[in-house]
Order: sequence, then C-alpha cells, then structure tokens
Amino acid sequence: MNPGPPPRRSFGAEVATGVGDAFRPVVRLLDRFGDHVILLARSLAWLPRRPFRPANYLEACEYIGVGSLPIVLLVGFFTGAVMGLQAVYAFRQFQLESFAGGTTGKALAVELAPVLSALMVAGRSGAGIATELGTMRITEQIDALESMAVSPLQFLVLPRLIAGMLMAPILSLLFFIVAMVGCYFLAVVVQHVDHGQFVLHTRDLLTTTDVAQGMLKSIVFGLIVTLIGCYQGFNASGGGRGVGLGTTRAVVFSSVTILISDYFLSDILLRVMSSDTGVR
Amino acid sequence: MSDADDAPLARAHPRWHLRVRGLTKSFGAKVVLDKLDLDVERGKVNVIIGASGAGKSVLIKHFMCLLRPDRGAIWVDGTDVFALATQPLSVFRRKFGLVFQFSALFDSLTVEENCAFPLREHTKKSKAEIKDIVRDRLAALGLDGMQAMYPGSLSGGQRKRVGLARALVLEPEILIFDEPTTGLDPLATRNVDDMILGVMERYKVTSVVISHDMASVFRIADRIAMLHERQILVAGTVDEIRGSDIPYLYEFIRTSGVAAAGAAP
Repeated sequence: MNPGPPPRRSFGAEVATGVGDAFRPVVRLLDRFGDHVILLARSLAWLPRRPFRPANYLEACEYIGVGSLPIVLLVGFFTGAVMGLQAVYAFRQFQLESFAGGTTGKALAVELAPVLSALMVAGRSGAGIATELGTMRITEQIDALESMAVSPLQFLVLPRLIAGMLMAPILSLLFFIVAMVGCYFLAVVVQHVDHGQFVLHTRDLLTTTDVAQGMLKSIVFGLIVTLIGCYQGFNASGGGRGVGLGTTRAVVFSSVTILISDYFLSDILLRVMSSDTGVR
Repeated sequence: MSDADDAPLARAHPRWHLRVRGLTKSFGAKVVLDKLDLDVERGKVNVIIGASGAGKSVLIKHFMCLLRPDRGAIWVDGTDVFALATQPLSVFRRKFGLVFQFSALFDSLTVEENCAFPLREHTKKSKAEIKDIVRDRLAALGLDGMQAMYPGSLSGGQRKRVGLARALVLEPEILIFDEPTTGLDPLATRNVDDMILGVMERYKVTSVVISHDMASVFRIADRIAMLHERQILVAGTVDEIRGSDIPYLYEFIRTSGVAAAGAAP
C-alpha cells in the first residue's frame, strides 16, 4: 500500500527544526556541564555530614597524590631540563643566558607545572577513577552501597574530589621544584652558566605570586580531573565497553577542559594577582 | 491488578508488610510500570515472576527508594517511602536487605570485610563483636573459614551466599532477592532455594524474590505475583497461581516445563 506523501509542514516549523538541530550540540554541551555542576553540588552537600570517614580521604589522597608522584617528578625534571636548554640557547645569542633560570622558572610556576602535572593526573588518576567507579556501577556495587544506606556520593565521590583539590597543587609544586632542579642542572652544570647569575636572576624574576597563581590553578585542575572521572564512572553503562568508553572520555574531556580553563584562569589571575601585568 | 481489595486502603496492615499503589515509572518515553498495585505478605516468601525486561528489578528498586516513581506510593508498615527526607530514608533502608543478581560484592574487600561493611557503617559495635556476628552469619550459610577470601575467588553459589550473609548482618525486616538462581546449575539452584527457606525459618523475615525459574518458584513461594505489561497481572497463593486459567500465566508456567512435568512444590 502506498503510504502517500508526508504531511506538509509550515515554513516556520521547518526553520525552528533547523535552528534546533544546529544548536543541538551546544544544548548538549550545556546539559553535560549542568550535570557536572549538579554532581559537584550534591557531593559537596555531604561534606559537613557524618560519618566523615577519614580513611576514604586518605586512601584517595594516596591514590591521586602518592600514586602520581613518580611520573610527575620524572616528567617535571625533563620538562625543566628541556626548557632550560632552549632558554640558554635562545638567550646566548644576546649573552643573556643567565636569565634562563628566571624566565624558565616563571613559565614553569605559572603555566607548565600546574598544566602538565594536571595532565599527568588526568591520564593516570582520572582514568583510574572512571574505570573503578564505572566497574562498580555496572557490577551494581554502587547500588549495593545505596541499598545499605550509604551514600555513594559521600563514600566514593566526595573523597576523590577533595583529594584531587588537595593533591593537585602539591604535585604541581613538586613538579615545579624538580623542574627547576632540571633547569639548573642543564644550565649551570651542562651549559656552564654562572651559578651566581643564574640564582640572582631567578630570584629577581620569579615571585611567590607566580607560584601562588600556579597552585590556585592546580586546585581547579584537580577538581576538574576528579569531577569528570567520577561523572564518567558514575554514569557508565553498557558493560566493559561502556567502562572503556567512559575512561577514554574522562581523559579526553579532562585534558581539553584543563587547557581551555587554563586560558580563562590565567586571564583572571593576571588581572587579580599581578600588580603590573600589562593585561587590559 | 491488586490482591488486596479492602477499601479504604489501610496503609499499615497486620497482614501486608509492604503495599504498592498506583506505581508508575518511565525511562524517557518508555513506560516500565503503569499504575501498578501490589501487596507483600508479612513473614512469607513473596515471589514476583515475569518475563525478562518486564520491570521486576525496577519495581524492587522502588521498595527501598533506590528509584523514585513518576507517580504512586509505597508504604512499609504505614511509612510512605517516597515522603522520607535524606536522613530518615537512610535509617529506613536498614529495614531491607537486598541480595543482588550477581551478588554485587565489593571486589576490593575480603568476604569478612564485605559482611562487616554494614555493621561498621551503621553500628558502634567493637571489632570483636563485628567479627563474631560475621562469623555467625557465614557459618549459618556454610561459609565459615572463607573470611579471608576475595569475591573473585568464589564460585557463583558462594558469592550468592556471601551476598545473603551481608544482607543479613543488620537483621533486616524485609529481604529482597533479585533473581537468586540466575546462572546457577540445578544443584546450586537447589542449594540457593534451601538457603532462602533456611533463612526464612531462622530469621522470620519477609522475603521478596524475583525469579522466572518456575521450578525454584514453586519450591520456595508462599505467594506469587506476575508482572506483565507494566502491571501485576495476577497475584495469589501458589495453589491459586497453579490453578489459574489466565492464558499468559498458563503459557508462562507451561513453557517453563514445570506444570507440564507435574512438578510438585
């Protein structure tokens, strides 16, 4: 039987559908953003409520902080060394290689240490959190917690969020210190830059405000990594493949969000914290 | 269809431990439960049967407010489950013990730690007391000596037993079994049935069992309710269900091979 032509739609309805389709990705993005904010708010609402379960916080800190330490330190040393190498070669053209420490230090403190250490944490701990919670979700362990009158937000999510916000700045600071050691080693020991000049210019250029800016950023990055990891794990579905997809999304979304939010955070912090930045 | 026709509805009833009225639940456009009524008898094994995907697990998740309905109400001893605030709900959930289809044991904890978990969370008992209670529950289910093992090294039947032991440690009033015999061989199925009956005899709880294994259902059930097309199609005693001439129910039992073989409870 011929079903006949489809019913005619008005011009206005066609335009509305087209506009709706065009903006669908934006609406979806806002929807996801809203979901993350709700997860964060609902989890933080459990913060002042008993029982506090300090062991869960310590365990999360150990996993995110101590567990990520070796890779953060390794990457930190070589990042500092390569930055120092490039800076020495660039500044040597003007006989200013003693500035390598100061300029590298500033770049490390404000940008590279918080961003790179957060990316390391995203790749290791963010992925781990998404996998662990995703597996717990599909094997009904999260439902089991709820059935035993234990809030999964309080038991699983909140300790990871707090641990992320506590550990990320510490890792960033350690990244920065080790990177400066790498830079010093490269510049002074390998490239024979004068030790006194190196230290003097580093002290001149690098301020505590720079380090504070980097640590403030790290707090936000730590929250981003753990929140996205928890969200992807908590909403996993579809068996092992679903958990795998959630883990991939956790790493990709965390990394992209860190880099995008870094721009906006830098802009805000430069305006707020620096006395003479030239930023208008 | 409900098996309780008393009007007006008594929310707290000496016979009915849990009462469901007008429960409607949708996921997106898919309506899973539609104005469903059900009564669960106190101190008995109440089995809910139905085809896979009929919404049985969704229904039991509403009992302890793991899911919230679009409409409808559930009363447990007169308490309106969905009207409870966070803290009272947390206390209320301790009335229930839920045994999951695949046990849902915490795989990072040992058998003993799994069973001790609810006690550590909700009581102020000492470590020694908790250890004693856990040993008692495990021994009652034939699991003594397995305290230090991890769930990954247990068989399917053992995992079910550990799941039940964990559900029993807080001495719940209502035990819920989500498809307890799925994936088990006939002997293990018989063991799980005996385990459920043993628990009923020893702890005098109300049980709700979800199943579509009719041989097992007729062995353990005091009452049976059939979930079909988003509602309770029929509910009654085992004899009433066996004698029912409702075509879908008759076909459901006949194709399971139980009625045709003339299996006795």
